[in-house]
Amino acid sequence: MVTTDLAAATEHYLDLIGRADEYGAVDLVLGLIDEGVPAEDALLRVVAAGQRRVGELWASNEWTVAREHGATAVSERVVAAVSGRVRPAATRGRVAVACADGEYHALPARIMAEVLRLRGWRVDFLGASVPGPHLITHLHQTGPDVVALGCTLATRLPRAHATISACQAVGVPVLAGGAGFGADGRYARLLGADAWAPSADAAADRLAAGLPSFPAAHDGAAAARLGGEEYAYLARHRAELLSRVMDRLGDDTGEDLGHIADYLIAAMYVHDPALFTGFVTWTCQVLAARNVPAESVVRGLRALHDVLTDCPDTRLVLDEGVAAACADQRAETRV
Amino acid sequence: MKGATGSAGPPHGAVRPAPDLLTALLDGSAEGIVLCDADGVVTLVNAAAVRLMPGVEPGLPAPAPLGPVPSAPEGRTMIHGGRAIRIRAEAVGDGRLAWYLSDLDAAPRTEFLLEAGRRLSASLNPHRCARAATELAADFLCDMAVVLLPSTARRRMEWVRAVSGRPGAEEGTLPAAEAAEVPGLTDALAGLRHGGTGLHVPRDTGLQDPGGAPEWLLPEGFGPLGHLLVLPLPGNGVPAGAIVLARRAGRPPFCDDDQRMARDLAIRAGAAISAASLFREQSTINAILTGDLLPPDLPEIEGMRVAGRLRASQQAGAIGGDFYDVYLPDAATGDGIVERPPLVILGDVCGKGARAAVLAGQVRHSLRTLLLLESRTDRLLELLNRSLLASPSPHSYVTMILAALRAAPGDHVLVDLAVAGHPPPLVLRRDGTVEEVAARGSILGALKQISLWPVTLDLAPGEVCLLYSDGITEAFGGPSGREMFGEERLKAALATCAGMPVEALVERLEQLSTEWLGGAPATGLQDDRALLAVRAGRQG
Repeated sequence: MVTTDLAAATEHYLDLIGRADEYGAVDLVLGLIDEGVPAEDALLRVVAAGQRRVGELWASNEWTVAREHGATAVSERVVAAVSGRVRPAATRGRVAVACADGEYHALPARIMAEVLRLRGWRVDFLGASVPGPHLITHLHQTGPDVVALGCTLATRLPRAHATISACQAVGVPVLAGGAGFGADGRYARLLGADAWAPSADAAADRLAAGLPSFPAAHDGAAAARLGGEEYAYLARHRAELLSRVMDRLGDDTGEDLGHIADYLIAAMYVHDPALFTGFVTWTCQVLAARNVPAESVVRGLRALHDVLTDCPDTRLVLDEGVAAACADQRAETRV
Repeated sequence: MKGATGSAGPPHGAVRPAPDLLTALLDGSAEGIVLCDADGVVTLVNAAAVRLMPGVEPGLPAPAPLGPVPSAPEGRTMIHGGRAIRIRAEAVGDGRLAWYLSDLDAAPRTEFLLEAGRRLSASLNPHRCARAATELAADFLCDMAVVLLPSTARRRMEWVRAVSGRPGAEEGTLPAAEAAEVPGLTDALAGLRHGGTGLHVPRDTGLQDPGGAPEWLLPEGFGPLGHLLVLPLPGNGVPAGAIVLARRAGRPPFCDDDQRMARDLAIRAGAAISAASLFREQSTINAILTGDLLPPDLPEIEGMRVAGRLRASQQAGAIGGDFYDVYLPDAATGDGIVERPPLVILGDVCGKGARAAVLAGQVRHSLRTLLLLESRTDRLLELLNRSLLASPSPHSYVTMILAALRAAPGDHVLVDLAVAGHPPPLVLRRDGTVEEVAARGSILGALKQISLWPVTLDLAPGEVCLLYSDGITEAFGGPSGREMFGEERLKAALATCAGMPVEALVERLEQLSTEWLGGAPATGLQDDRALLAVRAGRQG
């Protein structure tokens, strides 16, 4: 009977990675495993739980970007150390784990790869931002049973869609995972993924239940509903639109506007304004923690609205974004 | 037998089509059509009817299923000659009946052909192809299918097995001697049995005595074997393997049509597996040839931490003209081998893709050899320059940085830098300021005499020296899509990395440069990008 208090261990872990104390963090997690904590619990309830807190601490402006990156780099090392310590026998099939092209949040996928390995799968972890051609070459060379594709940011959905289609075209089914596919996995279904899982252990359970050995043929109608004229226009003219908006706004930060444009483009790709309003609400909260009023976001959205004269659907989405930003501001003032 | 014609009786319309036009029209129909007179004698048959119901012929009485009474309007389904057929009749006047025959087996056969095309052409992996073949067979033709792939290693064969109704396929290997226990398999694998299509294949080719099958062939709980069909998978000159199709006892035997479909499947599967095997061979050769060209795993060096990132412009191959390497001191000095500190290098050869990668590999190997005899960085670069000038391939231009790393008291690291035609390194100080190192020198491979201005750098604990290739700073993209990332942006980005572990630092810089490239197409247009960072101090 293991009586280790994993919640306390997670607090300790967070403290260690916050100081980029790699050896301390590795010793803590390997120590837990030596005490009898299952490696999967150590990964999911300590490392992954700690990392979730890191994200919150960054969002609330309590941690700097550098500290967040440092903590994540230490967690990467910890996962590698667990991988070196626990060596289960491979009793199941083979999985290729990759992050969508342009997706740099590798740690969630890395943890999932490790959980799958612990459950007996042979796992090839291809890392962050895997270019499509590289992944397909790997599939031909190794012939895995399934691709587990991670996507943390919804802005990568168009690329993820291309990757899913390419994997299926070479006969390998795709399990999608990560926040980018929506909290309920709705975008995974929309992009035609063969399965979706909300977390690493759920992904392992889903794979254990079995995936089709060959992806089902899609009728193409679902794919045809993705994207569209306004999406194509936005994606093609992103840079030009941004410079026009920046001219209107004066010296506003281009980086934030770039993110706004990317989420807008992604929302138009999947035809879901909620993707955009969710991002706007989140951004307003992040900015509020940095004492930047939501008004600055609203100005950016209005400027985009003014520039996009030929995109009526996009303007409607921007209107919803403005409403979301204002609602957030009101909530802020009520508190 | 071609579609026969008969008299259709007196015309009811004013224009009567020419008999051969009528025949052509009827023969073009996929539905079988049989016209019988009031006495039940066949007067007209089209080609599809003959195919569906051999023996139906004008002038002869209609075969039994085509009775004298019209069926229900929706018709009825019957088995005739092992084939499921839906038939319905309509009275067409004067006591005559027109029978319409449709082939119920045609739908699954069409589906089979579509599925076989889709699944067998998808993968370039021999196992996935074999798996697709067994699953297709188990879905459409039999209760269980096994593909055996010839394996040269240790006289063992790889096998893949699928069972109808059970998801997924099983895989394994077995001694070639045991595989020979399957009746007909040795002949099939030797290509002695014909798997050809067409009319010249004798009936029952590949049918085997199910009693002779070894136990291991069948999965647990399969039950007694009723029928066995063993076919070769034709390959590139040599067979690509063999497929075994089995039906349980009590199931109908493999009819002619089944055998035709099985041979069709075997031919397609054989072609797919052969192509995949060829690809695998080429990939293996590629992997061996490119193995040395990939960036090395970076070793632990006492008193410091090194991290690197390399992105090739041609992403499927993952190799290119940018390179980095780490040369640890030789453990066994003496015999004229010089002592020296660890050396990291980062460089960029002219060009992209495999050709550039080969030159980059040559430079790395040359340096490995030279380091046995020479430790002075300026001499090393001069010798490399001469070797490149002597190179038979034109445009052997290389820019590079050599950085010898010496641990100093107080967790400091002294970096002896020699730069040849390369963007000079950047230094991230503890307070977040970024400096450009003043080292300069000529490009290698162009001039007989090179000039070098080396520099020694002192890194305090936590400080970072960043080597990078111009693919980072010359990345075109940004908000306008046409702007260069540039040195100033790189410096600004590096300044935000103060306090980061060095792995996180290189990853962040690579990420920023990738984001700068934005939606630029991944192949061809962009350059290779390399980053290598050294951080002083043991931790973080």
